[in-house]
Amino acid sequence: MGLELYLDLLSQPCRAVYIFAKKNRIPFELRTVDLLKGQNHSDDFVQVNPLRKVPALKDGDFTLAESVAILLYLARKYEAPDHWYPQDLQARARVDEYLSWQHTALRMSCTRAMWQKMMFPVFLGQRVPPETLANTLAELDRCLQLLEDKFLKDQDFLAGPHISVADLVAITELMHPVSAGCDIFKSRPKLAAWRQRVEAAVGEDLFREAHAVLMKAKDLPPADTAVKERLKPLAQLFL
Amino acid sequence: MGLELYLDLLSQPCRAVYIFAKKNRIPFELRTVDLREGQHLSDAFAQVNPLQKVPVLKDGDFVLTESVAILLYLARKYKVPDHWYPQDPQACARVDEYLAWQHTALRRNCLRALWHKVMLPVFLGELVSPETLAATLAELDMALQVLEGKFLQDKAFLTGPHISLADLVAITELMHPVGAGCQVFKGRPKLAAWRQRVEAAVGEALFQEAHEVILKAKDSQPADPTLKQKMLPKVLAMIQ
Repeated sequence: MGLELYLDLLSQPCRAVYIFAKKNRIPFELRTVDLLKGQNHSDDFVQVNPLRKVPALKDGDFTLAESVAILLYLARKYEAPDHWYPQDLQARARVDEYLSWQHTALRMSCTRAMWQKMMFPVFLGQRVPPETLANTLAELDRCLQLLEDKFLKDQDFLAGPHISVADLVAITELMHPVSAGCDIFKSRPKLAAWRQRVEAAVGEDLFREAHAVLMKAKDLPPADTAVKERLKPLAQLFL
Repeated sequence: MGLELYLDLLSQPCRAVYIFAKKNRIPFELRTVDLREGQHLSDAFAQVNPLQKVPVLKDGDFVLTESVAILLYLARKYKVPDHWYPQDPQACARVDEYLAWQHTALRRNCLRALWHKVMLPVFLGELVSPETLAATLAELDMALQVLEGKFLQDKAFLTGPHISLADLVAITELMHPVGAGCQVFKGRPKLAAWRQRVEAAVGEALFQEAHEVILKAKDSQPADPTLKQKMLPKVLAMIQ
């Protein structure tokens, strides 16, 4: 059995891994793990990742969790072009800096924004207090400002003149609130221009393919009681 | 000007960077940024890091934040022994996996344990309800279970037979609740044994030196009202 990637394209880190693998023509078996259906709790999947999260990688007997670790593993093993994770000491440090910062910054606010604006009301039929949503969107705005001022600055991409894994991780995060109807690129021309460059570098078709599941999330039929119960603990994290 | 490291040893990520640099005899100027004095909020420090956080590395004109990025930069630039961040792809991936997981797991819980148990009441004069503290300590307990069950298992160190960056980052995190008086190693003999190995690998003297400040955290002087006003919202955002 060759490389297997356990993914749900609803999840931002899964999209980054998917795009990276596809873009670099890395051969893999896609193992879809439907989070909303609770497939991350199946006995089979728990063997792959006891933490029950996606993405997860299985390469023979070797299993690996955490999208950042997976991206770097793939980049090294399949000798992806240098710009994805540059050899140059300082350029690489810039990528590492972004990949580190984003865990507790952009990722959190993008996840919360998407769940509070869309998944709670539409899918789970749960009301989100307007104040909570307003705070979340304000925090998202603050992160976007940092993304522009500290990372992007006047560069073409987040860590320099070329696309890197940092851009992949960032763009897939930003599509989360976009799918919920947050117009985050409006009034942010710098970020909008960066988005175009990233999409062009990835390839429009692949970008669209990776985001198809996400963009249809708003049309999901309301969850039944069993699903609501099962998602309760997960959902509490995002409020 | 050579390498400068802007640190406050009150902070876990700063301790990891400090230990790593000292252990590997990396020459640097220590620039202390006293968080409890609010020095990270000064205009001078904002010139170094507009995000007003530590640790920060300054190497000539090159400024770098985020402890994981700093550790990796130092490991590569100073060509430290392989075990810290192995060349072997799978061994390396295990370190990356830990370094990624810890941000929103162990780090978050250790930080909250220190602030809920000691720093909010003692330093900022803010009451923390027993329920909040209990919930925080319960979450910490769960993270410790994952640390033992998924990462350490029956290995000598978190990612294999030798100490790596993962162990440094983890041990400095765990010293946070220890500094707050939490007995994280009690009833966890596996973790306690791992701690001994890490301390031995780092060197007892260096380990103690790096942890002097955190072990005295409960003796923090209360912040003056002006500083408290500036710091409280930032602290609450940091530990959410």
